[in-house]
Amino acid sequence: MVTIFGKPLLLLYGQLTLGLINGAFYALLSLGLAVIFGLLNVINFAHGALFMLGAFVTWGLLQYLDIGYWPALVIAPIIVGAFGVVLERLLIKRLHGLDHLYGLLLTFGCALVIEGLMRNQFGSSGVPYAIPSALQGALHLGFMVLPLYRAWVVIAAAAMCLVTWLVIDKTRLGATLRAATENAPLVQAFGVNVPRLVTLTYGAGVGLAAFAGVLAAPMNSVNPNMGSNLIIVVFATVVIGGMGSILGSIVTGFGLGIIEGLTKVYYPEGSATVVFVVMVIVLLVRPAGLFGRAA
Amino acid sequence: MTFGFTRAQAVALVAMLALIVVAPGVLYPVFLMKVLCFGLFAGAFNLLIGYVGLLSLGHAAYFGMGSYIAAWTAKYWGFSAELAILTGGVVGAAIGLVFGWLAIRRQGIYFAMITLALSQMIYFFALQAPFTGGEDGIQQVPRAPLFGLIPLEDDMTLYWVVAAIFLLGFLAIHRIVHSPFGQVLKAIRENEPRAISLGYRVDDYKLLAFVLSAFIAAIAGATKSQVFGIATLTDVHWEMSGEVVLMTLLGGIGTIFGPVMGALVFGSLETYLAQFGDWVTVTQGAIFILCVLAFRRGIIGEIGARLRLVL
Repeated sequence: MVTIFGKPLLLLYGQLTLGLINGAFYALLSLGLAVIFGLLNVINFAHGALFMLGAFVTWGLLQYLDIGYWPALVIAPIIVGAFGVVLERLLIKRLHGLDHLYGLLLTFGCALVIEGLMRNQFGSSGVPYAIPSALQGALHLGFMVLPLYRAWVVIAAAAMCLVTWLVIDKTRLGATLRAATENAPLVQAFGVNVPRLVTLTYGAGVGLAAFAGVLAAPMNSVNPNMGSNLIIVVFATVVIGGMGSILGSIVTGFGLGIIEGLTKVYYPEGSATVVFVVMVIVLLVRPAGLFGRAA
Repeated sequence: MTFGFTRAQAVALVAMLALIVVAPGVLYPVFLMKVLCFGLFAGAFNLLIGYVGLLSLGHAAYFGMGSYIAAWTAKYWGFSAELAILTGGVVGAAIGLVFGWLAIRRQGIYFAMITLALSQMIYFFALQAPFTGGEDGIQQVPRAPLFGLIPLEDDMTLYWVVAAIFLLGFLAIHRIVHSPFGQVLKAIRENEPRAISLGYRVDDYKLLAFVLSAFIAAIAGATKSQVFGIATLTDVHWEMSGEVVLMTLLGGIGTIFGPVMGALVFGSLETYLAQFGDWVTVTQGAIFILCVLAFRRGIIGEIGARLRLVL
């Protein structure tokens, strides 16, 4: 058996793939957090709960409406995004001009309500969701066996990250968004409807989380707690990467996923905490974050 | 008034003392002890959010580790009650020193996220470390005798000890807030750049406030483990960090009596709703939303504002 540093190569490849998948989720979620924070100055604590809602909507679409995985990939983010729009209009908007911390506490409350309601409805163990038939099976790559669905998650998430980056960095809409992040009153003075832009940005950020939720649905069971554990790691990702740069968020997300995967191979006990350890090291060496601008 | 209490605060203090004395005649002492522990915990948290403007989302780490250490030393090393609780407090303060030192490198929202992430480390440590008992926690912790002499098995005897610990902590927090040190903390809350330009080493002040807060939070957790004879993962979980925020917000951030009131309301709510399962979480979330949108001063803060008093 081929080994590297005393560990079987197959184990290493397997954990690296899983690490990439986790990294893809970190990247997608921290991307949404960064976009929302840029414009709204709100850290969206409900992001994990909305990710979980994305997975449950996917499950519900199949269960009640017989709509499968592929349409859900589009429909679920739209439904959850619309829910986000309502949330922003009804609640978050009212905090305009207050301390950032209130936004964090409000969305924390939203997360508790959403998760509590889902736990009441579905219990803590959750519901299963089957891998779509086209993505069942595995690729035999010669050096490893790669389950098709895992490969798809990494590719789809990476593509979505790329699209988000292109939209923000290369389009006119993205330019307006960046301008509003820098100086909202000035952009408003140019005739852009900033409140609408804010609402749509929140909806889009939430939609990204829901997209990640759809991708996550067939991975393990769809359960009400899948978001709350993830969101804390995503917060650490955001602290490590800083929220100033879109590409920075993507690189940090995937990088941390890989580090986590490697830790699972070489020191399994540390895999739950390694991201936090990286955060501590970054705070010591570069307090502003890897891609952050000094405040 | 003496000891930094205004007339209104002195009246409120007397009322609170009277309640502490009368309440066990009406209510279940164990419930009251829980409220007192939570009140002290929320007061420690309020020291940071209310008087330095720092939102810590990881206070469960100090509360929970205080609880574990006190339970462990009382059960396996035969520590007496006061020694076990004090050891818990010191360990909590030590963790607070390291975490605070790391977290104050960033401000505002980042500070909150860092404290949350660091406390999650403590949670995983408690889950995996051999001495904490993992999912089971440390169970059947004996109620150690006070000073090795006075047995505390009786609920009422223990109640007076817990009430004394609570009062000591409460007065300590009040004293810290009204000391010259506390005035600098408030200056940092109001305008940090100005405090820096006046020559204060802001980071030193923040760190000391953080350590004090962690110490008192750990004392509260340690006392709770002596009351219930158990230390579990619940005490270190992030939900506990959220609950202490809720108690303080509900009672009134930046008021001296608010956290205690918040703990009383929260404790009653939790006990009443316990039969409804996850509706507790939903209710907590709804209260969060309501408080943030319409009731930011909290109960005591609102009463104080109506009566134009500082409470």
